Amino acid sequence: MDERLREDFPIDWEEDGYVSRREFFKFMTVASGGLALGSLGLAAWSRGRREGISFEPKRIARLDALAPGSSLAFNFPRETDICLLVRRPDGALSAFSRRCTHLSCPVDYQADKDRLYCPCHNGAFSAEDGSVLQGPPPHPLPAITLEVRDGEVWATGVRHAKVRS
Amino acid sequence: MSERQFYIDPSRCIGCNACVAACAECDTHAGVSMIHLETIEREDSVQTTPVICMHCEEPACAMVCPSDAIKRTPDGVVQTSLKPRCIGCTNCVYACPFGVPKYEAAIDQMMKCDMCYDRTSVGKKPMCATVCPSQALMYGTPEEIAEQRSGTPINEFVFGSRTIRTKVNLMVPQGQKRLEVKAGATIRRSDLLTSSRLG
Repeated sequence: MDERLREDFPIDWEEDGYVSRREFFKFMTVASGGLALGSLGLAAWSRGRREGISFEPKRIARLDALAPGSSLAFNFPRETDICLLVRRPDGALSAFSRRCTHLSCPVDYQADKDRLYCPCHNGAFSAEDGSVLQGPPPHPLPAITLEVRDGEVWATGVRHAKVRS
Repeated sequence: MSERQFYIDPSRCIGCNACVAACAECDTHAGVSMIHLETIEREDSVQTTPVICMHCEEPACAMVCPSDAIKRTPDGVVQTSLKPRCIGCTNCVYACPFGVPKYEAAIDQMMKCDMCYDRTSVGKKPMCATVCPSQALMYGTPEEIAEQRSGTPINEFVFGSRTIRTKVNLMVPQGQKRLEVKAGATIRRSDLLTSSRLG
């Protein structure tokens, strides 16, 4: 009988479960090396994956139908993604995801304070750039990039603000 | 008192099948017996012998197992195949010189006598030895055997050029040291299909 084969596949119960130091270190090296490589790969993938994603532009509303200090809910880029288009008192346009970055409650526009307000835990975001003004939200709201074409407002993409660390 | 051992005494077997029934009653393999009776000279005699695993020192079944499914415990008991490993190839069935392993097609696994490991490992007798009315299957100390039986226990079997030592003992007439199994001698005239029979 092949000695090497018997060493790798021993008949005896005790030897079957025996792990030599060399085997242990081989396993540890391969496993931790694999984990390290995997995490590096994941990091590279998550860094790069937001670049170059394009969305189908979507028409939201006519510009003259929006009075300053009003807001309009719409869905972008998918039908399940809720967003809010805001025409601020000075007439500037901005749009954000409606999901509060804390626990995903939908935010509302408060014209008198010119901010986006989440009623669940008293969180508020700037209507200008979506940054957090108060409350528990950890990140700014993702902004929807807008374009005005022939008097109509179009949503063209999603921009994630840099997360403060 | 020395450690208890397993003894098979074919001359005492009365063919009652109690061991077979008792084995099949075990909860770990309910309904399937890992032991069977073998007739010795079916044409001339009703003499039977129980066949249990001999637990070889060099177990052929484990040696030929391609999936590493048959293991031996530190006390020398060769276990039945490990369910997650056994691929049902029946290599062991062909390799065993004693004809012990049996392939169970229903569960696609080889099952063999493991000397009631759940019982013997905690000091109890194997089930078959417990029920055998004539004690053809006897689990006891060498002293008990020497006192009660006239034969000698052997555990050395010669198959051609190969000598196999086993954990289980076989009772043979006094004076024998080993059992030489001659393949040619085990083929009987009645096994052969002669031309006259065919004609």
